[in-house]
Amino acid sequence: MNPVLSLILLRVGIGLLVILAISALLFIGVELLPGDFARNFLGQSATPEAVANIRKELGLDQPLLTRYFDWLGGVLTGDFGTSWANKASVNEQLFKRLSNTLFLAAVAAVFAVPIAVSLGMVAVFFRNRLPDHVINIVSLAAISMPEFFVGYLFIFFFALLLGFGDGPPIIPNAPLWSLANVQLVALPAATLVVVVLAHMMRMTRAAILNIMDSAYIETAELKGVRMMTIIRKHAAPNAIAPIINVVALNLAYLVVGVVVVEVIFAYPGMGQYFVDAVTVRDMPVVQACGVVFAAVYVVLNMVADVGAILANPRLMHPK
Amino acid sequence: MARTLLQVRDLKIGATVYPPGEDPFDIEIVKGIDFDLEKGKVIGLIGESGAGKSTIGLAALAYGRGGVRITGGSVLLDGKDILRYTPAGIREVRGRHVCYVAQSAAAAFNPAIRLGDQVIEATLLHSIMGKSEAVERAKYLFGVLGLPEPETFGDRFPHQVSGGQLQRAMTAMALCPHPELIVFDEPTTALDVTTQIDVLAAIKNAIEETETAAIYITHDLAVVAQISDDIMVLRYGETVEYGPVEQIVEAPKEQYTRDLISIRSDIKPEAPDQSGALLRLEHIDASYGEGAQVLFDVSMHLPHGQTLAVVGESGSGKSTTARVITGLLPPSNGQVIFDGQPLPPALKDRSKEQLRELQMIYQMADVAMNPRQTVQEIIGRPLTFYYGLKGEARRRRVTELLDLIEMGDPFADRYPAELSGGQKQRVCIARSLAAKPRLLICDEPTSALDPLVAEGILKLLLELQEETGVSYLFITHDIATVRAISDSIAVMYMGRVVRFGPKSKVLNAPFDDYTDLLLKSVPEMEIGWLEKALASRKMAAAGN
Amino acid sequence: MSLFVFGYFALLIAGSSLAAYYERRDVFGVLFTVTLASLIFGLIWGQTAFWAVTIIAIMLAAAGGLGYSFRAYMVMLLPDKAARFMKSAPVTASFGLLVIIITLLLAIFADLVAPFGERAIVGDVWQAAGTACSGRNPFGQVIDGECLLGTDNLGRDMLSRLIYGAQTTISVAAAAGVLSFAIGMFLSFTAAAVGGWVDQVLSRINDLMLAIPTLIFALVVLAALPQNVYILVAVMATIDQTRVFRLGRAVAIDIAVQDFVEAARLRGEGWFWIIFREILPNVLTPLIAEFGLRFAFAILFLSSLSFLGLGIQPPEADWGGMVKDNKDGIIFLVPAALYAGAAIATLAVCVNMVVDWLLNRTASLKGGRG
Repeated sequence: MNPVLSLILLRVGIGLLVILAISALLFIGVELLPGDFARNFLGQSATPEAVANIRKELGLDQPLLTRYFDWLGGVLTGDFGTSWANKASVNEQLFKRLSNTLFLAAVAAVFAVPIAVSLGMVAVFFRNRLPDHVINIVSLAAISMPEFFVGYLFIFFFALLLGFGDGPPIIPNAPLWSLANVQLVALPAATLVVVVLAHMMRMTRAAILNIMDSAYIETAELKGVRMMTIIRKHAAPNAIAPIINVVALNLAYLVVGVVVVEVIFAYPGMGQYFVDAVTVRDMPVVQACGVVFAAVYVVLNMVADVGAILANPRLMHPK
Repeated sequence: MARTLLQVRDLKIGATVYPPGEDPFDIEIVKGIDFDLEKGKVIGLIGESGAGKSTIGLAALAYGRGGVRITGGSVLLDGKDILRYTPAGIREVRGRHVCYVAQSAAAAFNPAIRLGDQVIEATLLHSIMGKSEAVERAKYLFGVLGLPEPETFGDRFPHQVSGGQLQRAMTAMALCPHPELIVFDEPTTALDVTTQIDVLAAIKNAIEETETAAIYITHDLAVVAQISDDIMVLRYGETVEYGPVEQIVEAPKEQYTRDLISIRSDIKPEAPDQSGALLRLEHIDASYGEGAQVLFDVSMHLPHGQTLAVVGESGSGKSTTARVITGLLPPSNGQVIFDGQPLPPALKDRSKEQLRELQMIYQMADVAMNPRQTVQEIIGRPLTFYYGLKGEARRRRVTELLDLIEMGDPFADRYPAELSGGQKQRVCIARSLAAKPRLLICDEPTSALDPLVAEGILKLLLELQEETGVSYLFITHDIATVRAISDSIAVMYMGRVVRFGPKSKVLNAPFDDYTDLLLKSVPEMEIGWLEKALASRKMAAAGN
Repeated sequence: MSLFVFGYFALLIAGSSLAAYYERRDVFGVLFTVTLASLIFGLIWGQTAFWAVTIIAIMLAAAGGLGYSFRAYMVMLLPDKAARFMKSAPVTASFGLLVIIITLLLAIFADLVAPFGERAIVGDVWQAAGTACSGRNPFGQVIDGECLLGTDNLGRDMLSRLIYGAQTTISVAAAAGVLSFAIGMFLSFTAAAVGGWVDQVLSRINDLMLAIPTLIFALVVLAALPQNVYILVAVMATIDQTRVFRLGRAVAIDIAVQDFVEAARLRGEGWFWIIFREILPNVLTPLIAEFGLRFAFAILFLSSLSFLGLGIQPPEADWGGMVKDNKDGIIFLVPAALYAGAAIATLAVCVNMVVDWLLNRTASLKGGRG
């Protein structure tokens, strides 16, 4: 079999195994921790009888492994169980919110990626001169700023400009691609872009600088090739693999940032759903969301890996 | 009449140094160099590292590497000073009139682009010929340079061919646009001796056929004597001596040049009695993990107070043999016998005494020392560890050792980073001698040093052997060193000992095939040696 | 067109022209971009944009000046070797160092510095900055004073809450950072030194934990555990040590294959000597830099957890929790939550600047000549 294909399949296989292991970790590992779900869930009203009742009702009296495999079986067939809070199926909420979250992440990515990569190249072109230093400091500041600071800053200015009101609009059921949703998504996406942009730009800059320092770039210069042509013909093909790596890793990072941003803007996505469930200790939802987030994260990391493989000439053209 | 292609007048090159936490300052790297080069002739630039040879070579392309800038003088190509050109003008010169062959061809080629495309890039860029014509020329050059399958060689990627082939491909790239001048920057330094001779011959052949002028940069005088018409000896950015190759090699005027020519010419007389062994290796097999056997039935012995040289090229297994002896790699078969007693195969099973008797010095002296320890601490540690010396007694012994290595007390409080290459190696020697070992394994200790500095280290080692009676296992790939310092020699090839015995026997006929090839590939400081060597090779091939 | 706007643009254009005259392309580029950007923002938002730019510029200049003076002051005070080290710090790192020191002092001496007590109610809900307040100070006495940053959602003094918040945030973040660092270093050095299946097992577990996004992991685990600060620190440390492990192992292996370590092994040195006298002194700077990064991360992580309700529980103040408490005021143009957010951001930025400087030093010392 083609060695590249087998390498890719290996990566995919490992990725799937990791997701499985994470699901076990999130289910079994969490249960092994001290503390009692039922008691936590009931909070103040945790009398012994109430706890026993709730345990039976939620099925917590079954052995652990049975519950895990039931749950796993459910997940693999698309059924994520029943929420403790409102007794509804987790699925329908989950998928609707997942699509909202993915839409938000996609909008952020569409803006962040081209700007980050371009700024990275600008920083390299003006290497060690003033524009590079300015970009470096600004990006360093941006990656240190927590999402809630940036997010509330935006809301503040939004309110400042438009006078006070109820803040950004919340439109639950409009179709995904409509203009109304763009309004909804604008500020949260902007917040995400600020943080992710800085990370991506710094990593792109580092990757390209690494390439520009290579001996073969000097060889091209010594052949009389113009700098723009060097960047286009010599540096770019070697930059694809590291940049794909950078972009995929940052998209993975978006997954984490999305949670906080959704809470800030009360955006009806999976992050909000997750945090709400965590606050009331609604474990089935918590576990379901945890697995889905982790799976997205793993898949994106895998894409980064596979992209690096595909763009590596040594692997694509073996001896 | 303007047959002079290149005229360099009073060339000065400098750079700015930025030490952390202090003010930057300027230094002069090249301090005023003059030379002429006629069409079709070759000038060899020779000197030790830091002499400025590469910097001067790059100046012929009006280029300064890594912040180095040309601060004065002129470089006249066909009568016009290229240092005064606009950037566009300089780009016209590069890759068209003057081409560059780098030291490390492996790094100099773009891993993502096919070799053929890179070789014809400059030719197409400067519109010297059309694409199909350029491709044909490339194929022709591949053939002239002895590359395998010239028709399809250009379709390969850099990682698919060997180092020697890449070096030749780089020469093809330089020849393709019919330049008037090529700058060769140490093109064979990174290659094995047996590959070096092929590449050297290919280069000489190619530039003679195309009547290209060349600047050939190297630190090896024997190599440069084969290929140049004139030689310029450089030191610290200044000209030591400049003249035709015959004069430099046969009648050098300056002491420095004389020193360079006479390296390794002092031969140590062979020790008469080579019975009685301090170290004996019996039928050693060794592997790195499953199925990767690297040593096959290796046997040799080293008598007391003598030097055994283990010589071979990269991959021959000489360093692995050292690792077996020190216990870092336990052998799968055979044993190591030290002073009549078998040594435990693994390091951790050996006693402190056994470890003390066997010391090692390394090729790269700067990573062999902890950069955070002073010379005092480095040399003193074995004294404390093995002999329990402390305080005043230890300090006195450290001073004694510093005197032994001809460096003396002022060096005791310095850090490794403050020492020169030769000084670092001397400190490593002192450290190993502090343990009073009986056997010192020297793993290519002079390979990374400049020829004259290496000469000093070798002389020191021989003196120390006379004074203390220590035995050396000297690992190297340099035949000249072997000839100069050994009593007995083991020649290794692909994990086997192909020849072992006293120096006089090993270095004289009759030879096995490999030793024959190895000895014949070492350039001699003799004009015309290359032609002779190639001729005898052709005869041997024709005879078979 | 007010005098301010006129002066603002005059300054920018004059600056650009001077830069062009002296052929300083980079300075010209920056000034020109700022002019253009100001024009655009000005058209949209009017004078506020110019004020914003001016204020930001003044703040940056002040920060630069402070950093410069602090560095000069330190160079004068410190002994020789330390002074040379300090001299290599860029202005940004010096400013960062200054801020870190000040914040540490505030955190340690909170009781002495804070005007009012941590939980004391001193005025109305969300009073404006600079208005009069009265209530209990940290020593229990009732005093009259000024709320320099206004009050929070329960009428407590923002400034005092921020100072006490510094105490909580920094101590918890430092504890988590130190614990994470210790665990990570110990496990990674053991893995590198012992090798074999111990290394394999530890590395695989570490890879698995790295595959889960930190915030998600933390939230899931914290949802299942009882709420107290020790558990919080333990969870943060356990999750974060995975990053330390990865770096520590790479660094340890990198050093462990150096010839001077092999020379020590050949001498017969025990692994205690090898780790503490050979390896460790050579990895100090990258390790310190990594610790800085862990600390910065712990600050941001803790604040995020508190913001989401699973970190420090009320009535203790930590900056993340303060953002959560005051977030509803944002729409009504109450900047209280922004003060807490700004505090977090500032401290994190400063730690990152110092770390950046340390990392650059390591790189230049390793790659440079002599």
